[in-house]
Amino acid sequence: MSWTRENRWRAVLVLAGVIFTVAAPGVLELFTIINLSTVIALAILALSLGLIWGYGGILCFGQTAFFGIGAYAYTIAAINFGGSSWAVLIAILAAAVFAAVLGYFMFYGRVSDVYMAVITLTVTLILYSLLRRTSGPEYKIGDALLGGFNGVTSPPLNLPWAPYMPLFPEHVFYVGMAVLIIGYIICAWLIQTHFGRVSVAIRENELRAELIGYDTRFYKLAMFTIGGAIAGAGGIIFANGVGRVTPDIFNLYNSALAIIWVIVGGRGTLAGPVMGAFALFYLTSWLGTQGVVNNNLVLGLILIVFVLAVPRGLLPTFISWWDGARSRRAMQRRELKVRRKRSRRSSDQREVTHEK
Amino acid sequence: MKSEIVVETRNLSMHFGGVKAVDRVNFNLRENELRCLIGPNGAGKSTFFKCLTGQLAPTSGDVVIRDFNGTGRLPHQIARLGVGIKTQVPNVFDGLSVTENIWLAARRWHGAARARSLTSQTVERLKLGDIRADTVGQLAHGQRQWVELGMVVAAEPWLVLLDEPAAGMTHDEIERTVEIIREINQQSTMIVVEHDMQFIRMISSKVTVFHEGRILIEDTMDVVTADPRVREVYLGSGGS
Ligand SMILES: Nc1ncnc2c1ncn2[C@@H]1O[C@H](COP(=O)(O)OP(=O)(O)OP(=O)(O)O)[C@@H](O)[C@H]1O
Ligand SMILES: [Mg+2]
Repeated sequence: MSWTRENRWRAVLVLAGVIFTVAAPGVLELFTIINLSTVIALAILALSLGLIWGYGGILCFGQTAFFGIGAYAYTIAAINFGGSSWAVLIAILAAAVFAAVLGYFMFYGRVSDVYMAVITLTVTLILYSLLRRTSGPEYKIGDALLGGFNGVTSPPLNLPWAPYMPLFPEHVFYVGMAVLIIGYIICAWLIQTHFGRVSVAIRENELRAELIGYDTRFYKLAMFTIGGAIAGAGGIIFANGVGRVTPDIFNLYNSALAIIWVIVGGRGTLAGPVMGAFALFYLTSWLGTQGVVNNNLVLGLILIVFVLAVPRGLLPTFISWWDGARSRRAMQRRELKVRRKRSRRSSDQREVTHEK
Repeated sequence: MKSEIVVETRNLSMHFGGVKAVDRVNFNLRENELRCLIGPNGAGKSTFFKCLTGQLAPTSGDVVIRDFNGTGRLPHQIARLGVGIKTQVPNVFDGLSVTENIWLAARRWHGAARARSLTSQTVERLKLGDIRADTVGQLAHGQRQWVELGMVVAAEPWLVLLDEPAAGMTHDEIERTVEIIREINQQSTMIVVEHDMQFIRMISSKVTVFHEGRILIEDTMDVVTADPRVREVYLGSGGS
């Protein structure tokens, strides 16, 4: 990875993330830290969608499906194994495999973008209604009762060498931040590899990518699968943050929310969607405490405002504003220098004429 | 001694509902040839190219490219054979820089180091040095066409198909494009679709005339332009 301007900014962001991770538990209240773990999980979900939509050009309306599968798979496996190490692996794998299978049918079946959005959303909603119907005692996977719309209590993470020592909430926060930061670094690295650059090219013009010899189906499938795995990792953190998984993970509200984070934060950036998730989470929970306006109404309004007024999203808009301001400043400086030189020259001339 | 046939279509047809865009075309191309394809609008030239490159699966008939049955293959499989195409409507990566566009084509077939040198060679060859860092979507039409040409040549294909490479170019740009085409033809076999007769005179020895999905005549430019059927086709069937 070369130290381009983007990568310098990314390094600054990573550093800020690390400082926040170290400092936050000492400064913030425990309640806030527990809450943060949940938001971090959502931010990881946003990151995964930012990757596949923003860079891969794959509009997935059901990114929460992989997030939810990660959360459920983690919970069920952790209950059965009585420890979290295998559960973490299984959860990420389950999400990735599910994405790979779904992606295979979509990309190798040459489904158009619109249908892809519809299919991914539908799959998510099917999972939602299936899991809601699992309330009876017969819906059991090993020792784990699925529990219908009440969901399942998630066992907390533990250190790999101490299965019966659950992590404290602030440790879950550390793990969450680590996953977010590492996930971010992996994504930032990925988009600069040959694979990532081809994915961006496919987003720009799929036919041209094919005509210069790339099997675009494979690239999209791989991107989609990686996105699924990252979302699944987010699901593990979510299960830990909330302490319970319910079918609501798969509901329409959440799948729309993920799309809104990316739109608000900015497609074509990685940090944008993460910031979008944080911003909207705290905005909606603040509005919740005010209790005056309906959350959905506000989200709808935000979506409309962004689509119409800030279509590129916050971060890209900010970056081009910043660049513009910088080049304006540079230009002013140059002008000033020229003017000074000119005035000096004319005063020199005046002196010369005086001597005459 | 004649060189071997490298592209052959046998009774190639592409129908869209009732429209016979390509109709039982038997076409042969020899190695190192530079063939021009002409014909009025809607004659089926672009559709013929799409069948050759896997963008369309022909309704019937076969495409054989150097002993490889290319019928119904996907574009990336045809590209793997060493076939490059510039499409009629420019297909470029609009949001990316000129070098990134060309690098993507070069990197497909070469390692990192070779791809980098091939990219800068191609940029120089097409005289894109001044705009190498520019976003392709913001370039003028002629420049975008050259970027697309750059992507084609960076892959070092042995067969190059160009669909109206000089469309919408200024006189100077056309001359430059002719130069480039001659240069490409040093190493590659080519088929070029064009409307501009003067342009064709500058580059080609043999011309194939398409009309209503079929090959009307195939000969030198002088014979073709003297042919009454060709004149009629170009003037319109009503105006003789
Ligand atoms: N995808 C399609 N669906 C339906 N009809 C098509 C399609 N593509 C081409 N055609 C029809 O096939 C015929 C041949 O079109 P084609 O684009 O191959 O002509 P052309 O010789 O390239 O013309 P031009 O010189 O204008 O580029 C036309 O009548 C066109 O309308
Ligand atoms: Mg055409």
